Amino acid sequence: MLEVSNLACSRGDHRLFSGLSFALHPGQIMQVQGANGSGKTSLLRTLCGFMMPDEGEIAWRGERIRDLDEEYYAEMLYLGHLNAIKDELSALENLRISAGLSGIDLDEKEALAALRRMGLRGRERLPAKVLSQGQRRRVALARLLTSDAGLWILDEPLTALDVGAVALMQELVAEHLARQGMVIFTTHQPLQVAGVEMCSLSLS
Amino acid sequence: MLDLLVLVIRRDLVLAMRRRADVLTTLIFFVMVVSLFPLGVGPEMGMLRKMAPGVLWVAALLSSMLSLGRLFSTDYLDGTLEQMMLVPQSLSMLVLGKMAAHWMVSGLPLVLMAPVLGLQFDMQAQALGVLILGLLLGTPVLSMIGAIGAALTLGLRGGGVLLSLLVLPLCIPVLIFGTGAVEAVSTGLSVTSHLSLLGAMLVFALVSTPWVTAQALRISME
Repeated sequence: MLEVSNLACSRGDHRLFSGLSFALHPGQIMQVQGANGSGKTSLLRTLCGFMMPDEGEIAWRGERIRDLDEEYYAEMLYLGHLNAIKDELSALENLRISAGLSGIDLDEKEALAALRRMGLRGRERLPAKVLSQGQRRRVALARLLTSDAGLWILDEPLTALDVGAVALMQELVAEHLARQGMVIFTTHQPLQVAGVEMCSLSLS
Repeated sequence: MLDLLVLVIRRDLVLAMRRRADVLTTLIFFVMVVSLFPLGVGPEMGMLRKMAPGVLWVAALLSSMLSLGRLFSTDYLDGTLEQMMLVPQSLSMLVLGKMAAHWMVSGLPLVLMAPVLGLQFDMQAQALGVLILGLLLGTPVLSMIGAIGAALTLGLRGGGVLLSLLVLPLCIPVLIFGTGAVEAVSTGLSVTSHLSLLGAMLVFALVSTPWVTAQALRISME
């Protein structure tokens, strides 16, 4: 369970939000809403521990994430604006290396299966630089399939995706929630997950 | 832990092999700078022999600066560095892997090239041997100290120049003992003290710089 209490965050001198408190329980999904520049990405980056909050605490299973550090990172997965894909490596190599960095030994068969489910059949061994924006996003999203992290932190996961991929994404999120996973995400496109109540958090 | 180290080194080496131009520029820069000196100074053997260690060391120092900018910046720009910060294992270990790969790509070729270039300066076999040994101990230290600077200047405009200004002064001890060892052997003195000091610097850098670099990266990512 992720608990945020009285969180305040600023960029330079500009206070983005303050007094923010919420809790995310297993099986729950939360959408962070707000206008451009309202601090959605900053909130997610703070939850990842990249940024120190000005005030407040973030706790994972009752312990502060700063004290947990590596234990927390083993249980969370973050996908940011940037795809974290190396142009020189193939989709397959990219996926296997990023899984390896998170401590998962992914064999070639599993990696291929994940990429095929993301609709990249036939593109697995192409260098990432020849893939389109949407395809690169799909490679990044394939990490969701290979990870066993409980908490997904997704920043605009739907950018550059076509209708089919958005449907697939909804399917993945639904499966994750059914496994008692947690998702917190931002998006400007609608993401509907059947049979699940979406919590929403507005930043203004 | 070791798995992570091996994985990072392998990844960075594969990336370097697919971007061979970057690797070659460092090496060619080194060869060019060193070769310019005999041409500029003239063919007086005594003088060339005397200045050889200094020229080779300074050139090695400068060419290792050349590739430092890329150590973290490419990963920073495409978001992989972000993911590396979230690795559920020691970030210092990961940084050590990146340093090791950087040395293999930009330090080791210089060490291997040095004897050939030393011949241009009419260096004796014994002096060449000590030079190689010194470079072998010293260039990893340059990569490691450089990594701290690269992490601190990450994402800054004009970071390349700032990086050199930060790192070069810190490399002076390595330069002094590296060239000192060669001078000692040519005057018939013992080289052990110089080389042991270089070795001590290497050990100290191995222990301290990965942690310092990891902290610098955390600051730069905020």
